[in-house]
Amino acid sequence: MIDARGQSCPIPVVMVQDAVKKGNHPAELQVKVDAMVCVENITRYAAAVGYAVSVDEADGEYTLTLKK
Amino acid sequence: MSKRINPWVLAAGAVVGIAAVLLTALGNPANMGFCIACFIRDIAGAAQLHTAAPVQYFRPEIVGLVLGSTVMSLASGEFKARAGSSPATRFILGAFVMIGALVFLGCPLRMVIRMGGGDLNAFVGLAGFFIGILIGVFFLRKGFTLKRAYEATKAEGLILPGLLTALFVIFLTVPALFAFSESGPGSKHAGVFVSLLAALVVGALAQKSRLCMVGGMRDAVMFRDFNLISGFCVIFVTVLLGNVILSKFTGFSTLSQPISHSSELWNLLGMVLVGWGSVLLGGCPLRQLILAGEGNGDSAVTVLGMLVGAAFAHNFKLAGSADSVTDGVYKVGGIGATGKAAVLIGFAVLLAISLFNSSMFKKEAK
Repeated sequence: MIDARGQSCPIPVVMVQDAVKKGNHPAELQVKVDAMVCVENITRYAAAVGYAVSVDEADGEYTLTLKK
Repeated sequence: MSKRINPWVLAAGAVVGIAAVLLTALGNPANMGFCIACFIRDIAGAAQLHTAAPVQYFRPEIVGLVLGSTVMSLASGEFKARAGSSPATRFILGAFVMIGALVFLGCPLRMVIRMGGGDLNAFVGLAGFFIGILIGVFFLRKGFTLKRAYEATKAEGLILPGLLTALFVIFLTVPALFAFSESGPGSKHAGVFVSLLAALVVGALAQKSRLCMVGGMRDAVMFRDFNLISGFCVIFVTVLLGNVILSKFTGFSTLSQPISHSSELWNLLGMVLVGWGSVLLGGCPLRQLILAGEGNGDSAVTVLGMLVGAAFAHNFKLAGSADSVTDGVYKVGGIGATGKAAVLIGFAVLLAISLFNSSMFKKEAK
């Protein structure tokens, strides 16, 4: 689980990008963020590199699950 | 990568462009329908944090942009008070971004507006801005982070919107407390309420769309994501068309451009400072106002840093002066020795901040 809560733009996307590259495009990734803008940015990036994204919200925090 | 462009970004870009052209037609300085750096500088002047007579006015646009973001984010449930991501560092970054912008004579938004007005000096600024963004991106890839922010009380999130509202009410009710330019850019302004209204609309749309001048190029370089840069392009085209329609457009040139100098090296270097600093901050000066409006205390501190940076820029004569014509002789403006020193010091400070907050200088916390 990548914890990108509270990070400024575009660091959450950089963290996901790093995980995708280092893990050689893993089948599944989970990211936690706390702002809608991060959800949008990660979803755009994930779609571009071939992941489907599902989002769960609880208490103003979002858990994104990226799947191949 | 993604071809998906958020239509709100295009809408926000078009509205910013139209509002900029209209505000200029209604009295704002030329190619300065909006300029976050210049307007914060003017407010610093109005509050006499500096005493540069030509640049003192309480710009309602700054109030409107922040409050527009507050209203929109409260309505959409996105208002979220948070703070605690290296506030002192952000204050200093805000100050140096301001100094870089005042050396060039405009924030990134005014740079685009100047480009649409045919000012080729702004294209030199754009080159510098891009170089600065590349430097910032280099450090982002090296693990740069100012660490995370945490949830804060709603009161913390309302500090900047509240402060600006209070100052605006004082400006309306007891204007004699403030200083106002009698000539120069500070004396040129559209009506108070039209400025406020235009900025409220732009602030709301900027919040909704996440419009950001630095984010556009940064995302295009880092992720081949062209969402935000589309807003940047739409502002340029809208302003250009607006100027053509209003017969304000006189072709592209570096000379005799309004509130602009053709000292190109310093146009370039000033905007390198702005681009680099803005990437480290996570957004351009406009975006900092919008984030502060939606409850981000770190961005509020950044805006206060910009205010202090503006005061330093004029008290220590760091800011650029425009090209001028005296007795038929064209005089190239630019910056003095202190301004050049400040830009170079700014690079040293940004380098130190970039290095000390990147993972190459930190033990990886696993």
